Formats: sequence, C-alpha cells, structure tokens
Amino acid sequence: MTTGTTMLDDFLVRAALAGVGAAVAAGLLGCFVVWRRMAYFGDATSHAALLGVALALAFDMSVTAGILGVTGTLAIVLWAATARDVAQDALLGVLAHGALAAGLVAVALVPGAGGRLDAYLFGDVLTVTRSGLAVIWIGASTVAGVLAWRWQRMLVATVDADLALAAGGDPRREQLILTLMLAGVVTMAIQVTGALLITALLVIPAATARRLSRGPEVMAVWAVAIGAGSALGGLWIAVLADTPVGPTMICVAAGAFAVSRLAPTRAG
Amino acid sequence: MSVIATEGLAVRLGGVQVLHDVTLSIEAGEIVTVVGPNGSGKSTLLRALIGAVAPSRGSVLRGPGLRIGYVPQRLALDPTMPMTVRRLLDLPRRVGRAEAEAAMARAGAVGLGARQVADLSGGQRQRVLLARALLDRPQLLLLDEPTQGLDQRGQAGFYRGIEAIREETGCAVVMVSHELHVVMSATDRVICLNGHVCCEGTPEVVQAAPAWRELFGTGTGGALALYRHDHDHGHDHAG
Repeated sequence: MTTGTTMLDDFLVRAALAGVGAAVAAGLLGCFVVWRRMAYFGDATSHAALLGVALALAFDMSVTAGILGVTGTLAIVLWAATARDVAQDALLGVLAHGALAAGLVAVALVPGAGGRLDAYLFGDVLTVTRSGLAVIWIGASTVAGVLAWRWQRMLVATVDADLALAAGGDPRREQLILTLMLAGVVTMAIQVTGALLITALLVIPAATARRLSRGPEVMAVWAVAIGAGSALGGLWIAVLADTPVGPTMICVAAGAFAVSRLAPTRAG
Repeated sequence: MSVIATEGLAVRLGGVQVLHDVTLSIEAGEIVTVVGPNGSGKSTLLRALIGAVAPSRGSVLRGPGLRIGYVPQRLALDPTMPMTVRRLLDLPRRVGRAEAEAAMARAGAVGLGARQVADLSGGQRQRVLLARALLDRPQLLLLDEPTQGLDQRGQAGFYRGIEAIREETGCAVVMVSHELHVVMSATDRVICLNGHVCCEGTPEVVQAAPAWRELFGTGTGGALALYRHDHDHGHDHAG
C-alpha cells in the first residue's frame, strides 16, 4: 500500500466508525419517525432495500445506487399515496412485507446473490470498506445538515400541520424531505444493521431519549448519544461473545430502552 | 377593506359535500362568530381559509402577505414529542423573552412557560395556543372553538382578552363557537353556517332570522335563543 498504514486499516475501527455514523443519522431522523409515527413507513422503505440489492446485482450496478434508487422511488410513492401524515396502516403493512417477500424472491433469482443474503438482512459491519464508510458519513452529514437547515419548519409541520400551513409553511414538502432522507438512511445503514433492523436503529434510541428529555432538541441529542453508545457497546460485546454485530447493537439499545422505562421519574 | 374572502366556496371531504356556495368577506378589525350545529362545516371553513383543504369549487381570496394566527381546536402534537410551552412559542419563529412574555400575558397564560404542553388542561392549552398565534403578529386571528372546556367565567375572561387584542392590534377575528346560543358581546357579525351560510348579520338580526330559528329552534321546543354574552352580568337575555 502506497499511502502507508492508517487507523482506518483496522477493521474494528472502521466498524466502530460505521456504527457511530449510522447511529448519528438514525438517531436524528428517528426522532421524527417516532414523533410522526412513521415506523411502518421505515419498515416498508428498508425492506424494499433488498429489491434494490437484487436489481443492482442483476444489472451489474453499484449496490448503493440500486438501494437508493428503489428506496427513494418507494419513498416518493408512499408520500404521494398518503394524504397528510396519517398513512393507512394496512396499506403500509402490505407494502412493508410485500417488498420484503419480493426482495427475497428477487435475490434468489439472481445468480450468486443468495450467498450474500445474510449480510443484507442482518448487516455485516465488520467487512465495511473505506468507501462504505464514506457513504455512511456523507449520508450522516447530509441528514444532519438538512435537519439543521430546516429544523424549525420541520418541527412546526410535525407539531401540527395546520399550524404550519397557517404560518405560510408547507408541511407536505417537509414530509417529502423527511421521507427521502429515510431512504438515504436505509441505504447507508444497511451494512450496519441489515434491512430487517434499520427501523430498530431509528426508533429505539429516539424512544429511549423521550424519557430523558423536556424538549425536542434535547431528545435529538440524547437519541444520537444512545444510538452511538449502543453501536459501540454492541460492537464490543459482539467481538467478545462472537455474536452478529448489528443485532447485538440493537439488543444493547433495547436494553437501554428497558432501563429508561424502569427509571422512577421522567423529565417533564 | 377585506382581509380574507371566499367566493362560491365548496369543499368535499371523502366524497361528502361539507360546504357549498359559501361567499363571505371578513373586514379588517371585525369580530365574526361562526355558529352552526355539529357537522355544519365550521372547522372545515377555517381549514379552507388557511389552505389546509382545497376547494372543490369556488375560491379563497387572501390579501397579499396576509399574516394569519390560527388557534386549532386540538393540537396534533404527539405525546412522544417533548415540548415546553416556551419552546412552542418559538415555533415557527424564534422570539425573544420579552416578546414571549408579553404574548403570554395578553393570552392569560402567564407562568406556564416551563410546563409541558401535553400536561396542560384544555383551557390552559387554548390560552397557550392563542399566545403562540399572537406571536405571528396576525392581521387575521382564526379561533376554532377556543372556549371549549371553559366555564362561563373562563369564557367571559377569554372573550375579554380577544376583545382587548382586537383593540390593541386591529386584527380581524373569526371565531367558531360550539355555543349556539351564547356569543361574545363584542361580536360584530354572526354567521350561521349549516353547509352553507344560512343567515348572517349582527346578533340581533340573526336571532330574528327565520333560518336561524329553524336551525336552532326546532328540537329544543324553542327553548334556545340567541343570547349576547354580557361582561357585567355573565349573560343577558337579548330579546
């Protein structure tokens, strides 16, 4: 190697950075997923990622582009199909699991893709490359930047769409931006948690942060901290106990959630 | 000069005709009370005025750059979102401490700043939402059943506050009322709505109108009549 060795040559360091990057983006966006009750929305989008993997492999494209294309398209379709915020539960259930089934079938039909199926379903953060790491941190910076830029507008639209409208805002536009960012987070986080557990990375840190917070900004900061802590703690435990990394990270986050529920007092 | 007007407005929601042929005009500084039975389209009318529902026919004409302060009947705020009263006042525009406190004082919400919005009583929440709406420096204040859950004393206090706000800021006020027979005494005009405008005019004119009697008189055996809310006596028989 001509560039000499760096810290990033260590696969554990890369895995830790990937986990933290995914947790930053998922923690921030996850607050909106919780506030707007978009968990099913997240499931539908992340399950559709499998279809993107299959298409990318079949047409010899970049897997990242394939996933982003399919999840982005689904995000726009879902946004158009759902008037206002309240999506029809049954419709989303059909889409979420229909997309998962179609993705599993499609992966089986593409020669050679089946062997990698586990990595796409459950994540494979220990093999994350430098370019994979770049995708994750570019995605995380984009999510953080867009949320910081539109924070006030997105908050009003989330508190009450009519209030936003009366004040001259456009809650539907904010919803579209959030939905597209959800597709972006799915694309970047699939290598960390896999398609099946991305929603958990979105929802659990944010739900845990709720008990610790008196305001939306504090909740977002806590969600990032809890997500990043779960990612690092999960990686550490997974290496020691030889368990799959993504699911172990989610177990740590779920444990933190349980502890937060047992706490006797809550902020607020 | 009218701040907002509708022309032949019709709204369909889920295939149901909620409003039709609604033509009205709200003048600057005017206090208008919209009364009507349940399902008469009162809230839908307000939502059409802010652009939350699209007309199926007709149009809503807003003055250029019109600033609307909207007080919804209920806040959609999900309980998973922590939100103090003070933080809510910072939406959509961040305001300084003095400005926020002045708005809370005007709306009768003094001392609620540190409370969680989700923990407020119905009356407190309406006052906080009014304070937030005032921070939009509205030329038009839209209130959807703002006195729900208030007793008569609370209602009278709330109405006095609205009247004072109109005097100070000169904004027009459109208020939807669930009370069919009590309207605020400062009301310049009552619009009686039942899918369309049945009748409108000063409270005295409306109570004499046959359409109003037909709408609210039947089924109550003539027991209900239009009262004006009087500050000195709680309420007074206007007829």
